[in-house]
Amino acid sequence: MTLPKVIRGKAWKFGANIDTDQIIPAKYAIYSLDEKELGKHACEGVPGRETWASQVTPGDILVADSNFGCGSSREIAPVAIRGAGISMVIADSYARIFFRNAINMGYPILQSPQAAEAIQEGDELEVDLEEGIIRNFTKGDEYRAEAFPQFMNELLHMGGLVPWVRKRLEERRKAAKAAS
Amino acid sequence: MGMTMTEKILARGAGRDSVQPGDLVLAKVDFAMGHDLTIPPAGKIMREQMGAEKIWDPERVAVTQDHFQPAKDAASATLGRLTREFSHQMGIKYYFEVGQGGICHTVLPENGLVLPGELVVGADSHSCTYGALNNFATGIGSTDLACVLALGELWFRVPETLKFVYHNRLKEWVEAKDLILYVIGQIGVDGARSKAMEHVGEALKYIDMEARLTITNMAIEAGAKNGILEFDDVTREYLEGRAKRQYTPVSSDPDAQYEKVFEFDAAKVELGVAKPMSPDNYAPLSEVAGTKLDQIFIGSCTNSRITDLRRAAAVLEGHKVADGVRLIITPSSHQVAIQAEKEGLIRTFLAAGAAWTTATCGACLGGHMGVLGEGEVCLSTTNRNFPGRMGHPKAQVYLSNPAVAAASAVAGVITHPSEVLKHLPADLAS
Ligand code: SF4
Repeated sequence: MTLPKVIRGKAWKFGANIDTDQIIPAKYAIYSLDEKELGKHACEGVPGRETWASQVTPGDILVADSNFGCGSSREIAPVAIRGAGISMVIADSYARIFFRNAINMGYPILQSPQAAEAIQEGDELEVDLEEGIIRNFTKGDEYRAEAFPQFMNELLHMGGLVPWVRKRLEERRKAAKAAS
Repeated sequence: MGMTMTEKILARGAGRDSVQPGDLVLAKVDFAMGHDLTIPPAGKIMREQMGAEKIWDPERVAVTQDHFQPAKDAASATLGRLTREFSHQMGIKYYFEVGQGGICHTVLPENGLVLPGELVVGADSHSCTYGALNNFATGIGSTDLACVLALGELWFRVPETLKFVYHNRLKEWVEAKDLILYVIGQIGVDGARSKAMEHVGEALKYIDMEARLTITNMAIEAGAKNGILEFDDVTREYLEGRAKRQYTPVSSDPDAQYEKVFEFDAAKVELGVAKPMSPDNYAPLSEVAGTKLDQIFIGSCTNSRITDLRRAAAVLEGHKVADGVRLIITPSSHQVAIQAEKEGLIRTFLAAGAAWTTATCGACLGGHMGVLGEGEVCLSTTNRNFPGRMGHPKAQVYLSNPAVAAASAVAGVITHPSEVLKHLPADLAS
């Protein structure tokens, strides 16, 4: 699964310090192998967003303020958001484990304080993932996302850590064969 | 240019002479951990998606059954089974069954599995706990864990280091928990986001290893990648007869670069709590004393090791839990429970009218054995009180040290421990 070049969708706007217990309450960890089921409960713990997941149209974009995804290491946080039909996340900043998990899953995320501040709920967005440009059709604005280090971009565009590990295992097998 | 302890460990893991903050490195992992919520997805990703049949080194992995175990329902029984099967099929040497291990972050240190100078990862955010033992330890996700299990290596961004210097000594009753709650209150839940927290200073000399683990446990509550302490006599003594491997301690160079240095006078830190609903919502105890409670929970990887239970028992001895409140005590490991039994602490707890449970995460993450209902107020010795963490999103959770929790159970309201027990016996001070 490689990344699309452009993503279009409607924005949902969240605040700062949205933690993983709000994104997916721990009780749903029992569904950790079921993305669709997790998706149904995405962001249920965020006050006022109890039924949010059912309102998402596939392709919508989640936009958040700083430190998005703080708290636990549960990878089911980005999985639940993807499961709800959200195509990508844009935030002012991310908590590190959420950030890692998203990159490792090959799930598109961008960091842009400018976009996080300006975008309002319901704005129509178009995101050019390769260029790191976010266009806001509703407001007629354009924002820049911060560039990721090369290796992260590679991972993201390869489809995450899984294909990377496959490649590395393959190299090791070949090396072992050559040596024997 | 000099390096910090964190940089040195990452440089060694990456096979490089030096690294700098911001570098992305591929580094060898010395030890890895997963549990009943993270092993099932990691195992599946490793085998089915990455195509690996075995793990890189069965002697360098520990697995615990702690989050939802003993199984709280049929679905968590499945997770327990998948965790058990994977561990056996992979020949994982340090697999801890229900009733024989306990909470990962207590079990690994007490079994001497995470050692100075090592690079340790755990598929759990509080894996930063191990850093009290002078290693680099950080929490990772399930795909990360799958990568480590398959290859024994992982990518890391070298973090900037923040240095925290603690002068003088903590006062009577004031514990490591109060110190770290105070620090997080000062810098905020993202005050150390993705950075290393290096803790040094005179105050730490007087803080034993169990209490040091409380300090590093909460690094993630400030958003940090890891928390790390220097190697000293306390570390050496703790590891004697415990360490499962040879180890090489690390120290920061005198000319190491810090992004920022924070200085604190430990003697000025008061007993304190984190108020609902964030770990950085610090308040001195005096501000919240008298707050009516429904439940008191002494448990978790933060504050339920044997020294914590000794302090709680000293306060509870000869007293009863107040009418209208319930006290739940969950030891953080099976070894802690055995020791508590030997010392007669369990008798004290039961006589006081406390519920004593098996070693598990339990109420800490709102799993089972003490989940909070709507509007309930809880004082808890855990590390995190975001909305919904321990149950209903409208439950109110205060975080404190175990002596405060015990005294508050006796009074039914948030209470200073000296109101129940005049002085903390000197041998119980941390
Ligand atoms: S006790 Fe709580 S914080 Fe510690 S590992 Fe278990 S759930 Fe996480």
